[in-house]
Amino acid sequence: MSARTLPLLFLNLGGEMLYILDQRLRAQSIPGEKARKDEWTDVDRKRVMNDIITTMFNKKFMEELFKPQELYSKKALRTVYDRLAHASIMRLNQASMDKLYDLMTMAFKYQVLLCPRPKDILLVTFNHLDAIKDFIRDSPGILNQVDETFRQLIETYSCLSAGEFQLIRQTLLIFFQDMHIRVSIFLKDKVQNSNGRFVLPISGPVPWGTEVPGLIRIFNHNGDEVKRTEFTTDGNYVTPQREGSFDLYGDRVLKLGTNMYSVSRPVETHMSGSSKNLASHAKENIVPNPLAKEELNFLARLLGGMEIKKPGGSETGFRLNLFTTDEEEEHAALTRPEELSYKVINIEAAQEPGRRAELSRILGEMEVAEPRPPSAGKGEDLLALMDGL
Amino acid sequence: PPPRRMYRKEKSIQLKSSSAALYNNLSVLRLPGRQLACFSAVHGPSVNVVSAAADGLGFSHRQLQAKEGGMAVSTSVLTQAAWCVLPSRVLLVLTSQKGIQMYESDGSIMVYWHALDITEHPPAEAVFARGIAAAGGRFICVGTSSGLVLVFDIPPKGTNITVSEVLEEHHDAITDIAAELGQAPDGAGDLVTADDAGTLCVWSAGEEFALLSKIPAFGCTCSSVKLWNGVVAAGYGNGQIRLYEAATGLLRAEVNAHARWIYALDLAPQTGKLLSGAEDSFVHVWKLSRNPDTNDVEIEHCHAECVTDTQVCGARFCDPEGNSFAVTGYDLSEIFRYSQA
Repeated sequence: MSARTLPLLFLNLGGEMLYILDQRLRAQSIPGEKARKDEWTDVDRKRVMNDIITTMFNKKFMEELFKPQELYSKKALRTVYDRLAHASIMRLNQASMDKLYDLMTMAFKYQVLLCPRPKDILLVTFNHLDAIKDFIRDSPGILNQVDETFRQLIETYSCLSAGEFQLIRQTLLIFFQDMHIRVSIFLKDKVQNSNGRFVLPISGPVPWGTEVPGLIRIFNHNGDEVKRTEFTTDGNYVTPQREGSFDLYGDRVLKLGTNMYSVSRPVETHMSGSSKNLASHAKENIVPNPLAKEELNFLARLLGGMEIKKPGGSETGFRLNLFTTDEEEEHAALTRPEELSYKVINIEAAQEPGRRAELSRILGEMEVAEPRPPSAGKGEDLLALMDGL
Repeated sequence: PPPRRMYRKEKSIQLKSSSAALYNNLSVLRLPGRQLACFSAVHGPSVNVVSAAADGLGFSHRQLQAKEGGMAVSTSVLTQAAWCVLPSRVLLVLTSQKGIQMYESDGSIMVYWHALDITEHPPAEAVFARGIAAAGGRFICVGTSSGLVLVFDIPPKGTNITVSEVLEEHHDAITDIAAELGQAPDGAGDLVTADDAGTLCVWSAGEEFALLSKIPAFGCTCSSVKLWNGVVAAGYGNGQIRLYEAATGLLRAEVNAHARWIYALDLAPQTGKLLSGAEDSFVHVWKLSRNPDTNDVEIEHCHAECVTDTQVCGARFCDPEGNSFAVTGYDLSEIFRYSQA
């Protein structure tokens, strides 16, 4: 519905992706001087983060992103993140990429749902960007790119009305409708129920600009207040202390969108069929070819703007596993419920040969390298380090 | 005093798919003498239409799709579905990003399609229709995202529906439209329209609609509106309900009703009960009345219902006295029902 939703969706999902990757990379890194040639180091981690962030905030890509447009399907968007995640020497198998995407989307769904005001989605976005700036604080070049995007966000969204923000929020909620994947960290923190639904508190500060419920005021025909009554409910609300900052720098006040992961709080998901209504997934499976064509055009524009740095000649890509072991990752791939699979876009569905060729070229750069023999890659020894996570 | 419990929860009605987070996302049709109540809730690109027999036995389900409208390739999302009761017929009206679809009341046949003129809207802005009400015993009024209100002239039967007028008073997307449900005092109007900025317009309906009063915005979206005995009841994004005199626009009551954005209001015309549902998980029942001595409008709180872990998006009374009501919530595949204990 709202044609201004995509930048917010992309940046917030991207922010969550970076939180997760950063946590996994930290959990597996070895101090530089002690590491063997084929082991992850802190330097590797920073490089992966820098590469992905540089790609995400590429000027041409951002230009395409900020153009007013409708949201496309989950599978079209997933293709963009596939490419982004492979913007560096890191490689992810399908199962790990699926898990990464599940975590990203459930996290942002939670944030959108719990935003006190629709406008607070902007504060959530700023929280993600603040954290991203911290990831690359040693790289002024990339920092500039991120600040540029920050300014563009302020320019695009600061003047929107509350009603327009609510439309953006409603558009996002339709996008996330029927997703009930259980996330371990949410279950532990009791923000998600075992049926996959989020807990909506009925206590705490009311949104900025809202009064605590309870007061009824009656006015006479002269406009004078003539009566006051109160009503009570089970809710336990309080007045908020201050409003978050919408400037380039400032205290956002809102905690939604800040990094909830740490080395001691690992990421896990349960692939649950608890979602009774899989109608929205079913609907995506029967999307006809004409729809795929428009999505391919969108992807070609967006991905065409991404400038992926290819790994140098002597370097090999090495694998990051979002699961604890290789076996777990394989098992997840085999047992992923059909209704939760993100079906990869079929390029052959494109009708225009020219467009198809262009997209093939772009996506061709995305080809994931086959796992190398054990002697060459960091991936294999990485597995040995994953015990105890 | 402790919260009052006037209603108790009844058996839910299961839906084929979940409800979307859209304003006023529940419509109820009660056909008197037929013991049948119908419910409709928008899922997204489709709407669920359920017919339930009053004895609770037997449901029939239907899903209607948003019409693509010709050359369009992207899927269209529905914004609202509502039954419009006219003296001679009942139509089910759907609004979407592409236009307006009108069906026979059971959803079996589409009798009319009106495509929105994309060129009328500024580029880069969202385009959609939203806000549906029957008015003046003869018309169906539908709002658009550019602030226009289309007035459709509905013949007693058949498909010869025409646009009789376009009302151009709002500058922001229409959110809701409501017709007078009771008896309007002189000059109090037949119809109220509300928009994203919070502006309300009161109209008299007829061959030519006339603007009677304009209630200015105060900085909050009005997402839902009702008109009863010359009183406008409006629900806002800051959780407030405000009551105004329709004829003069005078503010008569201000209620800090909800902790978050109000999504739905409904009114039971026989008793003046008002229902409100919001993102804060609460549904409240209020009672509107007129003090016979002072002529002041009064409102009192009757019942609070917390729909746990649910952002309420639709709420409707199921009968004209307000003895029962139904609720929908975002991401929920059921309609909750409550009736007076």
